[in-house]
Formats: sequence, C-alpha cells, structure tokens
Amino acid sequence: MIRNNPAPSSAYAVEGHALVKTFGKFRAVDGIDIAVPAGSIYGILGPNGAGKTTLLRTLLGIIDPDEGHRRLLGDDVPLRQARAIGYLPEERGLYPSMKAAEAIAFMGALRGLPIKVGRERARAMLTEHGMGASVDKPIRQLSKGMAQTVQLFGTIVHEPKLIVLDEPFSGLDAINQGKLETLIRDQARRGVTILFSTHVIAHAERLCERIAIVAGGQIRFEGSVSEARDKLRPQVRLRTRASDGSWRRALPAETLAADGAWHFDLPDEGIEPLLRALLDGQAGIESLSIERPGLHDAFVSIAGAAAARQMQGAEEELAG
Amino acid sequence: MSQILRAALVIARRDFSAVIFSKTFILFLLGPLFPVVIGMAFGGLGEKITTESLRPTVGLAMAADDAARMEHAHDMLAARVGAANLPRLQRAPPSDPRSLLTRPDTRFIAIVSGTIDKPVLTGKAGDLAMLEGDINLLASAAVAGEQLPHVRVAKQLVTASAGAEAQSRLLTGRAAQVLIFLLTMLLAGMVLSNLVEEKTNKVIEILAAAVPIDSVFLGKLIAMLGMSFVGIAFWGAGVVFGVRIFAGPDIAPPTPAVGWPIFLLLGGIYFTMAYALLGSLFLGIGAQAATVREVQTLNMPVTMAQMGVFFFATYAVDHMGSAPEIAAILFPFSSPFAMIARAAQDAALWPHIVAIIWQAIWVAAIIRLGVGLFRRHVLKSGQGSSRKLFRRRSAPAS
Repeated sequence: MIRNNPAPSSAYAVEGHALVKTFGKFRAVDGIDIAVPAGSIYGILGPNGAGKTTLLRTLLGIIDPDEGHRRLLGDDVPLRQARAIGYLPEERGLYPSMKAAEAIAFMGALRGLPIKVGRERARAMLTEHGMGASVDKPIRQLSKGMAQTVQLFGTIVHEPKLIVLDEPFSGLDAINQGKLETLIRDQARRGVTILFSTHVIAHAERLCERIAIVAGGQIRFEGSVSEARDKLRPQVRLRTRASDGSWRRALPAETLAADGAWHFDLPDEGIEPLLRALLDGQAGIESLSIERPGLHDAFVSIAGAAAARQMQGAEEELAG
Repeated sequence: MSQILRAALVIARRDFSAVIFSKTFILFLLGPLFPVVIGMAFGGLGEKITTESLRPTVGLAMAADDAARMEHAHDMLAARVGAANLPRLQRAPPSDPRSLLTRPDTRFIAIVSGTIDKPVLTGKAGDLAMLEGDINLLASAAVAGEQLPHVRVAKQLVTASAGAEAQSRLLTGRAAQVLIFLLTMLLAGMVLSNLVEEKTNKVIEILAAAVPIDSVFLGKLIAMLGMSFVGIAFWGAGVVFGVRIFAGPDIAPPTPAVGWPIFLLLGGIYFTMAYALLGSLFLGIGAQAATVREVQTLNMPVTMAQMGVFFFATYAVDHMGSAPEIAAILFPFSSPFAMIARAAQDAALWPHIVAIIWQAIWVAAIIRLGVGLFRRHVLKSGQGSSRKLFRRRSAPAS
C-alpha cells in the first residue's frame, strides 16, 4: 500500500487520510490515503468489490469512516461543500414521474441552485444535447441512456467545482460513452476537478491524469498513468531466423519463447549490447520491437492477475 | 440550521407537488367521505335495528280486557318517553307462559300473565331484571288508566348553566380529539412508506450526498403536513357548507373554555404536533424498511399503537387534573390529544405554551433518533453498522 501524506489543502480538491470503513468483519476500505489534485481528472481503478464505491461514499460524507479523516474542497464536513460538488452514484436514481427538466432542476436545487435557474439550465442542456423533445417528458418515458444523461446533467447543472462519478460508463453504449468522455474533458478544461471510479481500464487510460489502483480495500498504486506504466520495463519482442547459437547467451535469463518469438524485458543496459550480440552471433533478426507496457499490464503487475482477470471480464461484458 | 431548512423545503416541494398533482390525490380528498357514508348507512341501519328489531318483545298472555289496557298504557307512556325506551307488547295466546316461551316459533323474551293488578312476569333471570321496572310502570299506568296524573313542570330560563357548559366543553374536547386522531391516523400510514420510494428508486443516495438526512426527514414531514392542510381546507369547507345547508346559519356550537379563535389555533398547532410526533416516529420506523412488504407488515402494530395512545388520551379527558391526565400530557405521543381536550375545558393558556415546547423538543429528538438509525442501519454509516434491524444484507463495497 502506498501512503502519501496529503499536501496543503489548497492544492487538493479531495483528501483522505488513513481511511478505514468496515462492515462487520469486512474491511471495505482499509487504511486508504488519497489526494486528488485540484483541476485534475483522477481515476480510481479496481475490480468489483475492491472498495471504490465505499471509498467515494466515505469521501463524500454519505457514510462516516470508522477511522481516519477526509477533506473535500478544504472542508472537513463534506456536506458543507455540497453546493460545489456534483455526484453521480453507481446506482442511478431518479423519480420516475418527474419530468426530465424538473428532475435536473431538482438535483440542482438540492445543491443550492435556485429552481428557476435550474429549470432554464436544464432546458438549455437537454436542447443542446438533442433531447429538446424530452424536456417535459416523465423519466419513465425515457430510454435508459436518456435517463442516465438526465442524471448526469443533474450532477453538473449547478456548475460544481468537483464532480464525483461512480462507474459513470456503466450501462452506456459506445456512442454515449464517447459523449461522456467529451463531457468530462470539457468540464476539466473549465477547471473542474473530476474524480471517477471505473473498472474499465481503457477509460482511465484515455482520460486520467492521475489514477489510484484499488484492490482489497487498499490503494496499491497512486500516480500518473505514465508512472503506472513505468512500473514495468518495456517489453522486447524478437523474431530470429536461427533458433540457436552463441547469441542466445545474450538474451536475459527470464526470456520466454512464444508464438515463434522471444519475449523479454528490456535489459538495464539498453538494447544496443543485445543488438550487437545478435548481429555478431548471426541470429538473423527478422523483427525486433520494443513496446512500452499498457496500463492493463501495469494493472496486472500492481493489483494481481486475479483482479486483472475480473477487470477484463467486466470490460468484455461492457463491450458486448 | 438554515441549510437543513432550505434543503427540507426543496424536498417538501418535490413531495408535495408529486402528491398534489397525482391522479390519486382526488382519492385522498374523497377518502374521508367513505367512512362518513358507511357510518351514516350503518348508523341508520343500526338505529333501525335498535329501535325496531332489537327492542324486546313481551307477550301479553292476559285476558283481552287487561291486555287492551296494558296496550293503552303503553301508548300513553310511549307518547311521553318514546317508544324506543319501552319494550314492545304483543298479545300471546292465553296459555301457560312457560310452554309459550319454549315454543320454537316464539318471538317473546318474556310473558306477562295474570291481571293488571297482579301481573306475573315469566322469563329468564336477566330478562326479568331488565323488564321488571318497565312492566311495573306499564301495569301501574294500566291500572290508573285515564286517571294517570300528568304533572307539568314549570320552565325557568337561564342564560348559563355551569354543568351544561362543562358537559358541552367535554364534548367539544372529545370531538377535537377524535378529529385530530383521525387526521393523524390517515397521514401516519402514508408517512410510514414515504422513504421506500427513495430507496426503491435509488434516489436516497443522491439525497444523502447533497443534503443532511435531517432535511430529508423534515422535508417529507412538511410535505405531508402541507398536503394534510389542503385536505383539511377542503374537508373543513365541506363541513361548514354542510352545516349551513342542513343546520342553518344560526347554529352555535358549544364554546370551548379558551374561546373559539384560540381553540382553533391550538387545534391546528396540536394537530401539527401530533402529526409531527407520530409522523417522525413512523418515518423513522418506515425508513428502516427496505420494501413495501415490510412497510405493510409494520402497519398493524403501528395502528394498534396509535389506538392505544388515543384511548389513553380519551380516558384522560374525563379526569382533568388527575394523575392519568398529567401522564397523558407528559407522554409526548398523547400530549397533543390531552392538551386539546384541556383547551376545551380550562381557560389557562400557559400550560399550552409549555406543552407545545415540550412536544417540539420531542419532535426534534425523534427526528434525530430516526436520522441516526437511518444513517447507521440503512446507509451503514458509523460503527457497529453490521447489525441490521430487518434483514442482513451483504456488505456494500463497490
């Protein structure tokens, strides 16, 4: 577990220190330290059951931690900052009989936005996103995707400084996932801090400036995507015409042979000594590539293969 | 506090609109008519049964002349005290009273035989005890015949009668109690299921993240209270209209001890308090329930508890200043009922100020308790949250 002591609050929109939350004997959040830089897009990655939702709920003040403390926008009491926060929970919730614009305005009003202003903004948002015809439709008459969009607009209608999204891509088709990514980037460009949880690595890789990898209620990694990928050495993939020779001694001891190619980590001394040995030993290089590991590989390395398999399963399910 | 109130009003506005603009609200408005209509129908029927069918019928197994004199005496007395207060008389064949009563087709509960000078009443012990006085009276009147003295009372009019006033005030107090009880009973059941909607629709997570849970509870109570005032305005207008139509404009209901304006004001306050006390309790209890089925299961004990509180307060009305009345005033849930009855009978106002403050403190305490339980058992916040009131759920980690 990585523990980084949060810096002064002005630099961080969200801070949690030594957070613990238990349900009976189960430690859903097990001593987590987290600091989300203000104005960043920050992703919390982890398989189902890793503790992501509990961590977000604890940070937001929906539940209190058993141990540790948290600060949102510099305030120890998250509810005091409710007007500056937008939250999209994992389990989407809307009143089915409420009209779309009214639902958005209501969510804004909960966070201090005057209801009239909320209604005007809701109409504008829905119209801008091609849902003008649904403004006065009850939620129960909307498709699932449209209802999720309404809820998302309700999350941002009051123009929060911090947006917390719990599994925001869950249940969205590819087109709407793309729209959501665009919306997240737009909000971030306006200086809004985005904190979201996901079990889909691709979204985090595309969007996040910083990530935390959570497994078993603990943060296993915290840093930038690049830093996560740097946890692993670049992978060398080599195809040779010759199958044996003196050049074999130049390959690292952990080299694997698979699919007619040699796979190994880039040696500490770089590629040049190896190349020289291959040429001198007349290995007959057919192809040689050096690939930087993806976030998925980093995740496997950090969170473990079991967690990665679970994440992959979820991704395939989402894609399917 | 202002944040709690502001958020509560947002939630109240949503709930109020959702109910008022729903098609089922018309049923809510018309709902109280059903028991009234049923009550009138069964009341009328009951009265008919009481006056016609259930009046005991006594057989006259006497000589025809004596039987005729008994019937004449019955008619004379019925004209003065009302037929409903006398047993019905019907001629029976002059035979052995015992054998008459054992016949399978007999409708008599007792038989008068002998003569009007020496009448003999035959029947079961209980019936004899019940009828003895009436038959004595009827036989005496029959013997007196047209000579039955008819003394007329002289009437002396007074403008005030302490005894009558006390009686009418007692009735006013009782009526106010019943009215407040019926209103709170109607609403409390609805409050019980109020948070199930948010839990079913998963809106509770959004509310809990945006506003204090206190606001959610308070908002729901305010919404239901607002709704009930719409109902009261509607029903009240209907009652006033009905009274004007059927009883005329000059009807003067007995004036309560504190006077009508203050009594009505106190009635509104005590209704609000009774509703807030029971509503906050039921909201807290209902909030623990995860499904409508669980709420339905809770309905029975909750209704029984309400009835118990009401009967306690009703008992206290007749015992002003007694230990039961003070207990009913101190016990928060019966306090509004006991105090409105006191307002009808006692002109002192300071006890009401004290009682309202006392009740308000309990409302706040019960809401806090409900919120605490909700956060602990439903949101699973705070320590020791593994114990659930109604069911065991899996730990809600992401």
